[in-house]
Amino acid sequence: MSATTAESTIEAPSGWARRIAGPVRHVLGLAGSVALTFLGLTCVTFVIGRVIPIDPVTAIVGEKASRTVYDRVFKELYLDRPIYEQYWLYLRKMLHGDFGNSLLTAHPVLSDLLHFFPATIELALPALVIGVCLGIPLGVLAATNRGRWPDQIVRFGSLLGYSIPVFWLGLVGLLILYAKLGWVDGPGRIDDAFDDIVPTVTGLITVDSLIAGEYETFWNAVSHLILPSSILGYYSLAYVARMTRSFMLSQLRQEYVLATLAKGLSPFRVVWIHALGNIWVQLVTVIALTFGGLLEGAVLTETVFAWPGLGLFMKNSLFVADLNAVVGGTMLIGVIYIVLNMLSDVVYTMVDPRARTRK
Amino acid sequence: MSGSPLRTGAPSGWRFWLLDPAPASRGQARLGRWYRAWLAFRRNGLAMTGLIIVAALVLAAIFAPILADHELAFHQVLEERLQDLSWLHPFGTDELGRDIYARVIFGSRVTLTIVGLVSIIVVPVGLAIGLPSGYFGGWIDAVLMRITDIFLAFPRLVLALAFAASLGPGIENAVIAISLTAWPPYARLARAETITRRNAEFIEAAQLQGASSLRILFTQIVPLCLPSVIIRLTLDMSGIILTAAGLGFLGLGAQPPMPEWGAMVSTGRQFLIDQWWVATIPGTAIFIVSLGFNLLGDGLRDVADSRSA
Repeated sequence: MSATTAESTIEAPSGWARRIAGPVRHVLGLAGSVALTFLGLTCVTFVIGRVIPIDPVTAIVGEKASRTVYDRVFKELYLDRPIYEQYWLYLRKMLHGDFGNSLLTAHPVLSDLLHFFPATIELALPALVIGVCLGIPLGVLAATNRGRWPDQIVRFGSLLGYSIPVFWLGLVGLLILYAKLGWVDGPGRIDDAFDDIVPTVTGLITVDSLIAGEYETFWNAVSHLILPSSILGYYSLAYVARMTRSFMLSQLRQEYVLATLAKGLSPFRVVWIHALGNIWVQLVTVIALTFGGLLEGAVLTETVFAWPGLGLFMKNSLFVADLNAVVGGTMLIGVIYIVLNMLSDVVYTMVDPRARTRK
Repeated sequence: MSGSPLRTGAPSGWRFWLLDPAPASRGQARLGRWYRAWLAFRRNGLAMTGLIIVAALVLAAIFAPILADHELAFHQVLEERLQDLSWLHPFGTDELGRDIYARVIFGSRVTLTIVGLVSIIVVPVGLAIGLPSGYFGGWIDAVLMRITDIFLAFPRLVLALAFAASLGPGIENAVIAISLTAWPPYARLARAETITRRNAEFIEAAQLQGASSLRILFTQIVPLCLPSVIIRLTLDMSGIILTAAGLGFLGLGAQPPMPEWGAMVSTGRQFLIDQWWVATIPGTAIFIVSLGFNLLGDGLRDVADSRSA
């Protein structure tokens, strides 16, 4: 009796250590690969910002800049040094969050990006919710009715999502729902009359107005938000439904489905509890990718809806050929993308024991 | 139109020859395989719709000067600006009095040029990265795949936008920017296909005969990769078209007076409420063409899947 307890006390830490070692090693490896990817990202933005433009200074200060400004920026970019040194200094600046100044606002690019980012989040989050809450059930429905009309409708609907230009759908939506029917409010985030009424807490107007108890402002913001975020939501729905369908089909082919059905479990339970339980880890990765796709769609959607977010900021910076802001925005989106991928990978290893033991 | 030949009773001469279960020559076997794939493809209505749309795009691009008046597409007639749809101008006119129907038809040339050039660049680049990566493995694989991952770490439109912003506006630069962002999936695909085949016996046989790695890659592996690469390319076409149109919409693609569909939508935005056709009709063209490529690609994939299954 005492021997067994002694044994178990000796074994316990090693068992615990063994259990934790796999994930720790995995996370460390992941951190390494994330760092490498980040380094590559800075390489790419360095090439975009400094190497490709024939005259990077003009690309940043514009053509109307005076000689002194030009010379100052020339020095600031270290263009008088060799290229590897330029990259090293560039990397150091990036790590300090220094993306240079924006031509449009004359503020540092990073503070601009952070200023405009909440508007993009406000647009992308409801879209993601729509995509996940409708996309997954529709995908499951399509898979369980393979080849019949629900499947055909979902497949064709998601194919449309892959084919319709998002800016065109936005314009058509504005034309019909705003100009002709007047069901929703038009471009912009909120009517001018409601501007600056609520104090900024989260940067999301809908949330801030609820906190402040300004329900009129809230409904106005919702009425502006609903069309652009539903349109973006449709695109994530198309992707999520398509992936769910194909994951689900591969699950339904497995023998355990047949076995559980044969044992008398209800088909509903088999599909929604057992099969869905097996694919939701894969779906986490899909959802992370969807969010990245939303940021991409936001550039065009924000342009169409004059939505003052990251995408519109980048588009307006493009218009005045402000490369600092464009590269900064690209960098921010790239970093978000990498972090999301890493997080989904971590979730994957935490939830799926097979991913821990592999390799 | 008669559907499957199995239902039409005794197949006539050339069909019988094509469907012969015991082909006499390698050529007959190959043609027969293609013919069977075509029969499977033809039964898929959506895929046929896709094929027809894509064929229509190609024909419109080739015969643009016959289908539409070049003069109407490019010549500005300010008295006729923003005309409503009519017999003379089936899709109305734009803010400079140019016929939108003619511009959409000539715009098909721009779209086809972009997708054509991008595919010519992207497939060889993807193969050049993916084949050695899969064939040699080891550190070559690690380095090449790390580079591929970095490019995959960006949303595509954003990266293309940054490249196009840095290269400057214009159709050539749009092609370069899109290509720079579109090659990674091909590298991944070529790598995966190579890995499944590199230990096959026919590769070993070639190695024993003293064939160089380069020769094996080009004569043995590339031909086997191509079908899946082509299917992937067809499915990717709509993404390429949408990215190109997005860049045009943001003012980074083809420059005026070139009739690029995305740029046409962008100029039409200011007249959206009163002259809806200026923005929506070129957008419809983008939508139909990209849908066509998606339907075609889906159909091709189904045929390929049923063959391998």
